[in-house]
Amino acid sequence: MGNKQFDNHLGIIGWLGGGRWGVERYLYILHRLTGLGILMFFLLHIFASSVRMYGPESWNVAMVLLKNPIFKLGEFFVFVAFAFHALNGIRLIFIELGLAVGKAEEPIFPYKSSLNNQKPLMMIVMVICAILILAGGYNTFFGSH
Amino acid sequence: MEKVPTTNIIFYVRRFDPEKDASPRQEQYTVPVEKGMTVLDGLHYIKQTQDASIGFRFSCRMGVCGSCGMMINGKPGLACNTQILDVTQSALTVAPLPNFNIIRDLVPDLVPMFGVHQSIQPYIQRKDVGEKENPTMEYFQTPHQLEEYLQFTYCIKCGCCMASCPTMATDREYLGPMPLAQIYRYNVDSRDDAGATRRNIAAESHAVFNCHYAGECSAACPKGVDPARAIQLMKKDLVLGYFGLAKHGKCAQLHKKPDKASYKPKIDAPAFTVGK
Amino acid sequence: MRETAYWTWFIISAIVILIFAGLHMTVMHLSMLGVFNPDGGAVTDWGNVAFRSQNQFLAFSYIILLGAALYHGFYGLRTIVFELGPKKSFQDGFTVILWIVGLILFGIGTYSAIAAKALETAL
Repeated sequence: MGNKQFDNHLGIIGWLGGGRWGVERYLYILHRLTGLGILMFFLLHIFASSVRMYGPESWNVAMVLLKNPIFKLGEFFVFVAFAFHALNGIRLIFIELGLAVGKAEEPIFPYKSSLNNQKPLMMIVMVICAILILAGGYNTFFGSH
Repeated sequence: MEKVPTTNIIFYVRRFDPEKDASPRQEQYTVPVEKGMTVLDGLHYIKQTQDASIGFRFSCRMGVCGSCGMMINGKPGLACNTQILDVTQSALTVAPLPNFNIIRDLVPDLVPMFGVHQSIQPYIQRKDVGEKENPTMEYFQTPHQLEEYLQFTYCIKCGCCMASCPTMATDREYLGPMPLAQIYRYNVDSRDDAGATRRNIAAESHAVFNCHYAGECSAACPKGVDPARAIQLMKKDLVLGYFGLAKHGKCAQLHKKPDKASYKPKIDAPAFTVGK
Repeated sequence: MRETAYWTWFIISAIVILIFAGLHMTVMHLSMLGVFNPDGGAVTDWGNVAFRSQNQFLAFSYIILLGAALYHGFYGLRTIVFELGPKKSFQDGFTVILWIVGLILFGIGTYSAIAAKALETAL
């Protein structure tokens, strides 16, 4: 035949959907996005924090710059990202070390899978994450700093 | 005779003719659907009564051959196993499996997937080659040992897991959920002795550690194989191996005949049909 | 085998970050209660920064946290970039670049973590 086939790979959009739009798929995407966000923050944090090696005058100038409320808001976003990434990370450590996926069992319809095994862990992790985000938000916007 | 109630379902089918089209297009057909009709039945109806040019794979029509994998209303599944009225009451979108090349219409090119599967050595390998080629008796395997890998033997290589995996969407070198699960299936099979080779394949770049548990493969699998479980268990095995803590049991040995038992008269194995 | 090693240390660094970043958060916020706050005032005032640099355990934990977070972050970035399908030569080169940049940043961070101590005693 030799006719041209059509490349049906989904590309990066495939990271978002392409299956059943399950919760675990979204957790995977959020984990990636928060990871990249935290990495970008972290690189800036290293440079900002390293100003200390230039002595107290430079340090105080840097601290004044960082008093801008945009950094306060940014700190909240970093906190939210970190809370999600850390808690989902704990869940992933359990899953990817084979501790929350259950044992192999003969499939009998209606099929259950490791997704069922990890659901309780996922619920706990999401609840704790929500609590932490609410606490962090309260502290940032209503707490005294 | 009573007329069976039918619902008119509109099929939106993604078509692609490599000789005419630059990219896929959508065509619309109306199918009178009775309760119990599968998507495959619907496609046959379209082919027989409306458009003979529509192309799709099918064989067993009962969910064991893996030919008819396709995207049905946005989810990968077997056309023969999916009842139309379970999925929709009005419109049904049928498209070829993503993350493969399309040969034509609903027919994906599964050959690369089979090639990857072949590369992971999906067969029992042992040191006693003579016994394997000319068997004299069974290998001894307990029901517990069987249970450890039985689930992953139900794979029919339909490609639904590969279609739903996010890593497969972008990474062309990624082995994919099916080959990775099959690596685990053979490594855990106590009759096999090539675990070390396959573990090296699984531990490479673009292999086991590029699975991030999106869980879509296990959700999409029409046979309940749960490839995600196999892959995570494979990671556990590799990490334990890194610390030297992996316990790989002895290879299954030949079954010893109990003293008081006697063999039935020997039945000659059928002649080889493929090269000797 | 190398990928297994990379991934295993990725998990270990994740756990290290959980512990030491938690500690970092606790220290930075407990300072409001005056625990690591001999100078009073904000937790980020120079006096308190220098004080924490002089505390051996805290300086040590900052360095551990820096190393673990750099490794964890860069391995994650490497995984995401690799999954976008670059050529093998790019993959090898990118890995080397990440190692070099990571070690440089680790050097900068470690130096600054202990430099404040030296400056404080010098001033």
